[in-house]
Amino acid sequence: MLRRTLYWSSHYLLIGLYVLFALFPLFWLIKVALTPNDLLYSEGIRLWPSRTSLEHFRFVLAHSEFPLFFRNSLIVSAGTAVSVTLVSAAGGYGLSRFTFRGKPLLVALMLITQMFPLVMLVAPMFRLLAPIGLTNSLTGLVIVYTAFNAPFATFLMQSFFDAIPKELEEAAMIDGATRFGAFRRIILPLTLPGIAATGGFVFTAAWSELLFALMLNSSSRASTFPVGLLSFVSKFSVDFGQMMAAGVLALIPACLFFFLIQRYLVRGLTAGAVKG
Amino acid sequence: MNARGRRIAIGAEPYLYTAPVLILIAAVLLVPLGVGLSYAFRDIQLLDPFSGGFVGVDHFRELASDRSFRAALYNTLIWTGASVALQFIFGLVLALLLNREFPGRRLVQALVFLPWAVPTFLVGLDWAWLFNPVVGPLPGWLFAVKLTHDTNNLLAAPGTALIGPIVASIWWGIPFFAITNLAALQSIPKDLYESASIDGASVFKQFRSITLPLLAPTLAITILLRTVWVANFADLIVVMTDGGPADSTQTVASYIFTVAFRRLDFGYASSIAAVLLILLFIYALAILSLRRLIMQRQS
Repeated sequence: MLRRTLYWSSHYLLIGLYVLFALFPLFWLIKVALTPNDLLYSEGIRLWPSRTSLEHFRFVLAHSEFPLFFRNSLIVSAGTAVSVTLVSAAGGYGLSRFTFRGKPLLVALMLITQMFPLVMLVAPMFRLLAPIGLTNSLTGLVIVYTAFNAPFATFLMQSFFDAIPKELEEAAMIDGATRFGAFRRIILPLTLPGIAATGGFVFTAAWSELLFALMLNSSSRASTFPVGLLSFVSKFSVDFGQMMAAGVLALIPACLFFFLIQRYLVRGLTAGAVKG
Repeated sequence: MNARGRRIAIGAEPYLYTAPVLILIAAVLLVPLGVGLSYAFRDIQLLDPFSGGFVGVDHFRELASDRSFRAALYNTLIWTGASVALQFIFGLVLALLLNREFPGRRLVQALVFLPWAVPTFLVGLDWAWLFNPVVGPLPGWLFAVKLTHDTNNLLAAPGTALIGPIVASIWWGIPFFAITNLAALQSIPKDLYESASIDGASVFKQFRSITLPLLAPTLAITILLRTVWVANFADLIVVMTDGGPADSTQTVASYIFTVAFRRLDFGYASSIAAVLLILLFIYALAILSLRRLIMQRQS
């Protein structure tokens, strides 16, 4: 009994400490966003300013292009998440279930794509995409981000498929299902937690990517959120309050997304299926 | 379908599943990669219209005697090692804590994953504020608990500046390991633990003989990819210190960024990138053979 109490109190203590660590910088963002400009430096290190105001938020929503950037980011991130999930589920399944000629080469190629500093792809990629009209385009960004994220997502999905016994679809195939039918109806539902995790990663990665969004899409009509945030810095005087307010708004979709997918993360594999 | 047709169909099946990812990375990544690598042997200056000529291995010769590059290599080791190790350890502990049922778990889980959702550019900015003595609380707190001798900005001192981006990257990266580890933990059948507890195995023993071996293959891949990413990841350093003060936080990745976008020397930047690529590839081969060894021992 004492050991149990001791265990659970340290369990909660550790979790509490981490929650504090995870949330404090976010709290600071919100605090700065709510601090009126005249108090920004004079009350810089106070935990809460003596006066708060929503002026920064009002400005960002009413007088800036952020609603447009917001929409663009949402389209790009959701499009990337969906297409990466489809591509990597198929690819991960292929790597998990088959040995085939060229497999080591494929794995090596996928690994190499993760090792090159992406900075170096900017110039060549611009040259390749510009003639086919994929610069200054949200579709172009979705394609580029899908390629960036697909290799890692495929490895991730492969590890989730590896954890599911082969016997499951073998049994279904003996009962007359095609392999693809077994994959779609039996294996995919079991990897839903993995698919949700993959989708979550990819969505946030696309949501925060800055370099390519900046270099490939120069027109503000096709700008994403991080590029918009950067425009605050490169303006004459940096308005940190407005920038932080925009940053706080940028957190909303990603947070919502996590709340949506996290029940899949928790659910895990159904015990019955694994017993098979 | 006759027997031969069916054999061809079955033989083609693996390629049908893997074709989309292969086509995508070949067209969008490998082709630009090849072009980018060719820049390493050419003189590509963005503002110089007469540049573009073939220079052979001149860039690599210059690199061999480049002091900044050697310092950046050393910083890359520290930056990558510290970031990945601490992200991983905290992420694994967090995943183990979250893998047990307790009241409020879903809320806690949603909260602790939040840092991952923050755009990296904003992460850098936010932490730069936190470390700033005028607008952030950390210098005062660190001084109060006697971790520092003064309330100066640690990002401004060459000896301590790298700590800032490392802390920010740990904050941002813990959820990554927590999520992948948690997903992997939850794919371990619960009845393995049940039978182990019936046999009287302690929690620690269960962790060592069930959790760790079953997690190892996934861990190897995620650590491998994470290390490579963090080594290539320049955002936090560029935003928080811009490689300074006096190049003290310049990693190879941020050095490439500086050479490419400040000096606009894409040729030289490409040659540094090529060297980094080779180093990371050697590292990846080492980790992969380690993974194969673990898998073999298990089966």
